[in-house]
Order: sequence, then C-alpha cells, then structure tokens
Amino acid sequence: MNNEQFNNRDVSDSYFLVDIEDYPTDGWGKFKRIVKRTFRGELFVGLWVVMREMIRFDIHTVSYPQEKMPIGPRYRAVHEMKRLWESDAERCIGCGLCEKICISDCIRMDTKIDKDSRKEVTEYTINLGRCIFCGYCAEVCPELAITHGGEYENASEQREHFVDYEAMLTPIDKMKAGTQLEFEGFGAITPHEDERVKKTPLAY
Amino acid sequence: MEVAYLIETVIKVVVVLLVFSALAGIGTYFERKILAFMQRRLGPMNVGPYGLLQVAADGVKLFTKEDIVPTNVVAPIFKIAPVITAATAFMAAAAIPFLPSFDIFGYTVHPIVADINIGILYILGIMGVGLYGPLLGGMASANKFSLLSAARGAAVFISYEVVTGLSILAPIMMVGSLSLIDFNEYQVENGWIIFNLYGVGFVAFILFWIAAFAETGRTPFHLIANDHEIIDGFGTEYSGMRWGLFFIGEYANMFFISFVIPLLFLGGYGDGSFLGALAFLGKMSFFFFAFLWVRAAWPDVRPDQLMWLCWKVLMPIAVINVVIAGFIMMF
Repeated sequence: MNNEQFNNRDVSDSYFLVDIEDYPTDGWGKFKRIVKRTFRGELFVGLWVVMREMIRFDIHTVSYPQEKMPIGPRYRAVHEMKRLWESDAERCIGCGLCEKICISDCIRMDTKIDKDSRKEVTEYTINLGRCIFCGYCAEVCPELAITHGGEYENASEQREHFVDYEAMLTPIDKMKAGTQLEFEGFGAITPHEDERVKKTPLAY
Repeated sequence: MEVAYLIETVIKVVVVLLVFSALAGIGTYFERKILAFMQRRLGPMNVGPYGLLQVAADGVKLFTKEDIVPTNVVAPIFKIAPVITAATAFMAAAAIPFLPSFDIFGYTVHPIVADINIGILYILGIMGVGLYGPLLGGMASANKFSLLSAARGAAVFISYEVVTGLSILAPIMMVGSLSLIDFNEYQVENGWIIFNLYGVGFVAFILFWIAAFAETGRTPFHLIANDHEIIDGFGTEYSGMRWGLFFIGEYANMFFISFVIPLLFLGGYGDGSFLGALAFLGKMSFFFFAFLWVRAAWPDVRPDQLMWLCWKVLMPIAVINVVIAGFIMMF
C-alpha cells in the first residue's frame, strides 16, 4: 500500500472560490432565477450521472465474509506475543512497562526470578473486555515482544480464546517455519534504520 | 351468460390481486437493486441467486412479526388505515386495461376487470381515497411524527390532485371519453396524445408525470413518509403485516400509475397486436424504472416547495394548457 497521494498536502493551486450570484430581491429577479434554473437542465445532469454509473457497473462493494480488504501494518487489532528469531524463545523480558503504561489497566503480569537468576514471566493476561486498543503497550515494549496483530474478527464464544498468553504467543511450529510476521506498527523499527543511525557524539 | 361473466370477473380480480401483490414484492427487489447499481453497490446478494429470494425473506419477516397496537392509539382506525391504502390501490386497478384483449381456447378475454365509462375519473378518485390510509393512520397513531406526516399528507394531497385533474382535462377533451380503452382507440387512429394538438398533449403529459410522483409519494415529493425528517411518518408505529400493507399499497400504486401514464399519453397497447402488448409493457417498465431512477438522482423538496410548485407553477400551466386546447379544438 502506498500513501503518496496523501502525503502531498499542498492543495493551494486547486482551491477556488465558488461563484455565488447575488440573491434576487424583487419578484422579477426571482422569476428569472426560477426560469433559468428550470431550463438549465441540471436535473438531467443528475439523472445522467447515476445512469452512467449503472451502465459502467463499476461495483465497489467488498462482499465481506468472502473477500476482505487488506489492512494497514499499523492496524491495532488483537495482541500477539512474538518470539525471538534466533532462539525461538519468548521475547518478553518481564519488564512490566506495558502493564505500567496501559491506560485502561487491562494488562496483568506476574514474574519471578528463575534458577538462572533471570526474570521469568509466570502470568501474562490482557483483559480484552477493557482494552481500548490504543497501542501504547506495543509502542513502549523495548523488545517488540507485545505487538498488535491483524486479527480484527474477535468474536468468540469465550473471551479466553484471545487473552490466553499461549494463544497470543506465536506458535512454535509457525516459528520453525519462519513465518512469524514482524510488527511494522507504532514503536517498531522503521525500515532502513541501519543506514540512518549515527554515532553518538561523545565529544563535548 | 350472467354466470360466465361473474366467474370471469372473479378470476380476473384474483389474477390482478395475486400478480400485483407479487409484483409489489418484486418491485422492492428491483428498487433495491437499481438503487444499489446506481450507487456502485451490489444490493441484496445473499438470499437466493443474486438475492432474488430476499423478497420471500422479507415477506416471512413481515408475516411473522408481532402485530403491535400501541397504547393511546385509536385502535379501530389504526387497524383499518393500512387496509384502506392497500385496498384502494387494488380497487383503482379495476378500470385499467393491462393488455389488449386476446383469445384463449376460443374465448375472448378482455384483461380489464370492468370497462366502466368513467374509467380515468374512477382511477384517480380511488387513488385519492388511498390517501386516507396515511392520513387516518398518522392521526390515530398517537405519535407526533405520524401526526406531522398526516398533516403533510393532507397538504400534499390538495396540491397535487389539482394538477392531476387539470392536466388530464386536455386529453379528455381530445378523446371525448373517460374510458381508458377509448383513450387507446383514439390514439390508434390519431397518434399518441403527447404529439397531438401542437404540444398541448406534451405539456399535459409532463404535468401528469410530475403529479404522479406526488401521487405515489416518490422521491422528489417523498414528504409523507420522509425517513430522514419524520422517521417513517405514518408508518412509525406500525409493525408486521400492517406496515406491509402500506408497503404493498404504495408499490401497487406505482405499478398502476406506470400503466395509466402510457395508456393516457403514449398510445397504450396500440392496435392490440402482440408487439403492441410488448411495447405497452416496455413503456410501463420505463415509467416504473423512472420512479427508481429519479429516487437515485434527485433530492427531496420541502412541503412548502411542493405546494409552491403545484399551486403557483403547475396549476397555472395546466389551466392555460386547457384553455389553449379548447381554443385549438374550437377553431
């Protein structure tokens, strides 16, 4: 999807003032206006336009359940937890930033220090009933672990079908197949970031 | 002889009733499809092939819905009002010849229920009575929007009926009869009425067509049940089949007016040949299509604009038209 046509906001050269005639004040002027409007045939222009569209038959309907529109990479649907490409381990380091920033208090996590004295996430739930899909959690996550997916059809018999940590986590077989989709939305690394990165100036 | 006539009439009545009840349903399908195509949509697609069975689904819904009579309404009038609209629409069809007469098994069938000598007067009169449905329904509904709609109905009614009546005076003067069959015979001999009498017929045709939009309450003059202003007007408090009767009446009226306009002005079914019958159905389809076409293209006018149009513009034109027709025919 390209957004070029939206990036040009300078429309000053195509702006023009609509030419509005003065309103008639006397009866003769009103009569003349009525006659002019009646016989100018504007009504037939309207008829022609709808007839042309019918003949052209350029239907724009998306018959939704059968066909779907592509959604943008920054769309914020049900959350996903990503895995590391290198080790297939979970990316989440249990820092708790998402829990802290969540403005509707719907993320709850519990951590402990495991036997290698690393922080380990024991509980992680998102209450989707409260979530407003603001995207702050994905933006704040330092590891790009919690992201938004593209699954907007979140009707289910059980809320737990979505909020379960295992359900949000990328399945291991998908990970082995290398088909985990990287999040491109807010908070993600912009493309070609390596070329643009500069050394931190250390000399004052 | 008498018994045969009676049986024939009853059969005709039943056929007209069944065919046009079904057509009213199919008319809604056409309306939704054509409006959708003109707005680059698809319209009903999921029920049946190309959504054809949507009509049946709507019918099932209407029949099985609960028939609610709200508190505070004047129940007898509230209940009878939709019946008036539907019944008068079909009663008006009695004097319309739908096709030329044809032979079936050596028996000549005239596809008109009753060729009465006041044909067009009867049709317009009964269609006028049809307005009592919205009027009484709106006043009995104990709902402000329904009341507004009833008031609008009365105002619209006295406006367009003047134009309807005056505009067909000139053709009636030409033909010298009120029967639609006589209209047809006259046009077989003298050509279509819209081309007759140096444009007088054409002006009458335009006036009658405009008034037909008001008569059926279609879009430029869709004031009585204007969805975006007064909810559904007189239909606001109705549910189920009572509302459905209003609907059937409205669409049957559209079909009957679409039959009447070609009969009055565009040569009707011609000399009675098969081709003439086909042409008649084609003309009728065009006028029905025009109702939908105009609805897709044009905005609604305000009630005061409609009254202004009818009283200050169309009625003077109609009167002048009648006077000119009289002078031309005298000299």
